[in-house]
Amino acid sequence: MKSGSNLEKVLSSGQFALTAEAGPPKGTSAAAVKRKGDILKTCCDALNVTDNQTAIVRMSSISGCVLLKGMDVEPIMQMVVRDRNRIAIQSDILGAVALGIRNILCLSGDHQSFGNHPSAKGVYDIDSIQFIQLVKTMRDEHKFLNGEDISGDVPLYIGAAANPFADPFEFRVRRLAKKIKAGADFIQTQGIFDMDKFSRWMTIVCDEGLDQKVHILGGIIPIKSVGMARYMAKNVAGISVPDELVKRMQGAKDAKEEGVKIALETIEQLKEVDGVHGVHIMAIAWEDIVPRIAEEAGLMPRPIL
Amino acid sequence: MIVAEPKELAEVLEMVAPYDEILVVGCNTCMADCSAGGQKEVERLAKDLVAEREDLIVEKTTIPRQCSIKFIERLQDKVRGFKAVLSMGCGNGVQMLARQFPDIHVLPALNTRFIGAKDENGVWNETCMACGNCILWRTGGICPVTRCAKGLLNGPCGGSKDGKCEISKDVPCVWQEIYYSLNRLNLVHYLKDEAPKSGTRIHPRRVVKKDSRLQLLV
Ligand code: SF4
Repeated sequence: MKSGSNLEKVLSSGQFALTAEAGPPKGTSAAAVKRKGDILKTCCDALNVTDNQTAIVRMSSISGCVLLKGMDVEPIMQMVVRDRNRIAIQSDILGAVALGIRNILCLSGDHQSFGNHPSAKGVYDIDSIQFIQLVKTMRDEHKFLNGEDISGDVPLYIGAAANPFADPFEFRVRRLAKKIKAGADFIQTQGIFDMDKFSRWMTIVCDEGLDQKVHILGGIIPIKSVGMARYMAKNVAGISVPDELVKRMQGAKDAKEEGVKIALETIEQLKEVDGVHGVHIMAIAWEDIVPRIAEEAGLMPRPIL
Repeated sequence: MIVAEPKELAEVLEMVAPYDEILVVGCNTCMADCSAGGQKEVERLAKDLVAEREDLIVEKTTIPRQCSIKFIERLQDKVRGFKAVLSMGCGNGVQMLARQFPDIHVLPALNTRFIGAKDENGVWNETCMACGNCILWRTGGICPVTRCAKGLLNGPCGGSKDGKCEISKDVPCVWQEIYYSLNRLNLVHYLKDEAPKSGTRIHPRRVVKKDSRLQLLV
């Protein structure tokens, strides 16, 4: 075991994993984090705690993780290089491990110009691939980026993101390969709405044998309304929402029900795609739908290992 | 070239407020190319200043480059008698004038922006940030350190779409351009290799050439 985390155990045992996302509040309420923890506790193997997602200031990911740990929910600490240089990154990793965090998701982060402090200085001292490599070196060689020794273990299960829908398509698998080579143990993909494109991507991934080297969790974003579908199609970087899907949401009598149906259909299809080892549900401001989706997708109960 | 923009006239007026006489010094290389501080712009600024302040005596001169001591030395006679000089050079030009004439208040008429190129009429783009660790040979002649919004060394990131960067539909994703450029050159395998290390960013920077120093001693 690299980290001994629950997520690592579930994935290594060959079971179909389920993770979900819990964004910390734009404030100081521990109860807000715990409420999400309560809802998602039994229906997922680990919970991603976002790191100032879309560059909007929120409670830190580390503290969200610690709050979840306190209620026996396993966190995945998301960390972006947008706001930290290599000193801060390594220091936060040491602290996170000391606090019992065992999963990390290494991201570059949405550009600060999207957020509520658009003139903030973007740090980007290292990029996401160098970041993955840094964590792996800390874990496997007990060394900092400068080669100095770290005292103590750094048991972290290393995650990375992949977006099969960004351009150029031909390059996307290559980029995944680079992340795996750098040290990624698991991958959470961007929300999947274009199953065709995703399957094409996965075929190349499997042809190159990459599915043997990493656990890929397909991203699910349950859609609540036509407005949300339209918004994502137009405004969210890196998401591709086909027109048919917008039309389907538009034609639906009960938009929320239709959204759940779409999510369930996507999970059903993902179970059949070679090389997909789980799903990651990002129900933004709609966490209470996750238990139902998990149940109806036949993913309950979650394994206890 | 170095690209600069003229300061707002109000700020220039504030800087020259304490003085009755001013010498405007243009710089006729980069600053002329970016339409910020060449001979033409010196004329215009002089006119604008007098229009706002009738009492102000404005003299003008333009040298080929304010970054060369040999041209600055030629100003020796021109600056005599002035308490203040308004430089239309880049930040380096302003500082070289200030060092050469320590008893004169040298004022910057421009905001120096970046090292860049003119891409279309009236539009300049940053191309190089002088990071001190040039990797252009492996990125198809396009600099990601400067031109990718996140300065990524392993791009394109997940936000890249239809050739555009995630930050705006008006900003090209240079990592896509790099990809196509390397494809054209049959060098796309460079992208598979490990990324080069990020350069150092310690300021102030300095270049020392041992052989040139020796020559000076002789
Ligand atoms: S979209 Fe392209 S240019 Fe923009 S941050 Fe990502 S890699 Fe850099």
